Amino acid sequence: MTKIAVEKLNLFYGDFQALINVDIRIPANKITSMIGPSGCGKSTLLRTVNRMNDLVDGARVDGKIIIDGDNVLDSGYDLVSLRKRVGMVFQRPNPFPMSVASNITFGLRVHGSAKRGDFDNIVEDSLKKVLLWDDLKDRLDRSALSLSLEQQQRLCIARLIAVKPEILLMDEPCSALDPIATERIEQLMIELKENYTIVIVTHNMQQASRISDSTGFMWLGELIEYGATDMIFTNPKQKLTQDYITGRAG
Amino acid sequence: MNIKFRRFSEFLIEKAIFLSGIISILFVVLIFAFLLKEGLALFKYVSVKDFIFGAEWYPISEPPKFGIISLIMGSVWVTAGAIIISVPIGIAAAIYISEIAPRKIRGILKSGIEMLAAIPSVVIGFIGITTLVPLVKNVFGLSTGLTALSGSIMLAFMAIPTIVSIAEDAFYSIPKRYKEAALALGATHWQTIWRVLIKAAFPGIVAASMLGIGRVIGETMAVMMITGNVAKIPNSIFDPVRTLTATIAAEMGEAVRGSDHYFALFAIGIVLFVITFLINLIADIYINRELK
Repeated sequence: MTKIAVEKLNLFYGDFQALINVDIRIPANKITSMIGPSGCGKSTLLRTVNRMNDLVDGARVDGKIIIDGDNVLDSGYDLVSLRKRVGMVFQRPNPFPMSVASNITFGLRVHGSAKRGDFDNIVEDSLKKVLLWDDLKDRLDRSALSLSLEQQQRLCIARLIAVKPEILLMDEPCSALDPIATERIEQLMIELKENYTIVIVTHNMQQASRISDSTGFMWLGELIEYGATDMIFTNPKQKLTQDYITGRAG
Repeated sequence: MNIKFRRFSEFLIEKAIFLSGIISILFVVLIFAFLLKEGLALFKYVSVKDFIFGAEWYPISEPPKFGIISLIMGSVWVTAGAIIISVPIGIAAAIYISEIAPRKIRGILKSGIEMLAAIPSVVIGFIGITTLVPLVKNVFGLSTGLTALSGSIMLAFMAIPTIVSIAEDAFYSIPKRYKEAALALGATHWQTIWRVLIKAAFPGIVAASMLGIGRVIGETMAVMMITGNVAKIPNSIFDPVRTLTATIAAEMGEAVRGSDHYFALFAIGIVLFVITFLINLIADIYINRELK
């Protein structure tokens, strides 16, 4: 089942075209990874789905991104409800300079979507889902900035889970982490895909091949090839894809 | 250039820099010692308690009275009023400049605020006398516009540039990722500012406010011109008052060197010093605690 359908998406930063006619259908409850060299537009594509590109001066977009039947690029589309449903994990862990618990309840407080009395339970559930509860249950009042980078990134995922999103966008979520932490976050993603649609941008091809069900390869703003991860890595149809994954291009 | 000469010139430069550093510290110590020596001499004539809590300031009557509670209260009222006016406006302006204003307007506003900081205080006092004082008199139906309130408003004008520029720096230096995180979680622009950015910038906001307050407490010329200079404990913000600083400035010229009046003015200087020191100390403790 398709969760996100991107149709004829073009995006411009001023005169520079960062995305060219991108068409992609991202399936629900799967991990889809986007690979490609730096500057190929994979992060831009990700940030268009939750419309974080609206923050960039001079960014202009046409085409459609359809989630559950509605085009989220419509100027009248409600950004708050979009971002509630489409959470984002960033390259560098970015917990707020507040306590662990406040980080998790931030979304609830902003949206008014839960009663204060339920906060404790939600904090516990969210931390359990990212496997942080045992480590942090006695340190909920500590500043989130005192955690290790891996814990911070987990906390950022827990913070999203608390607002019950349907889609998780991950923009190189492991690039600030060491290999062991990376492996554990990958494990977490695989556990999460049961309940969430996950799109991950990564510069790490091994990561894409380890965790994702389907993979898209981007080059200079275009989606060159998109298909099942096995196919992309073992039997790509495009020569450019083959050159990139074998290290001859990029 | 041979090695010997290079070593020698390095040595000279190092010592010259060391000397400059030491001299500035030395000056502070000397000023403080002088202030203490002259100020503490007063307490041969009056007790500390009568000095601080005495209600009457008649330095040249016979016998003289050196109670400064009315002056302290004058400073407190004027300063408190100025803080209440300047801190919210200054922080709101900083938020507007750093988070909301379009780029072009931001540049104009920033240089405008720097210009406001460059106006000499005597000019602000003068403008206050000619425009603000009659306005306060008419709006509130008072017998005179020379009141604590007028002083507070003018001092707020002088504190706002300090508060805005330091608070704006604090907002500007918040990592962009906090803002992104909040927006990506579906927070509105205002929720992001209120719940994340103000929190993240809080130590800077406290520092900005404290420096603004520091400027206000030490200010002399403008308050001397527009607060009425009546050494009486004020009942409200609409009463004329006299501040600690204005007292020193107004009377130092006529006080006989070595007289009790002269010592009393230095003792007021000590009081001012202690107040400013305490404010800086509180700000420091607060900022360091927040950062941890």
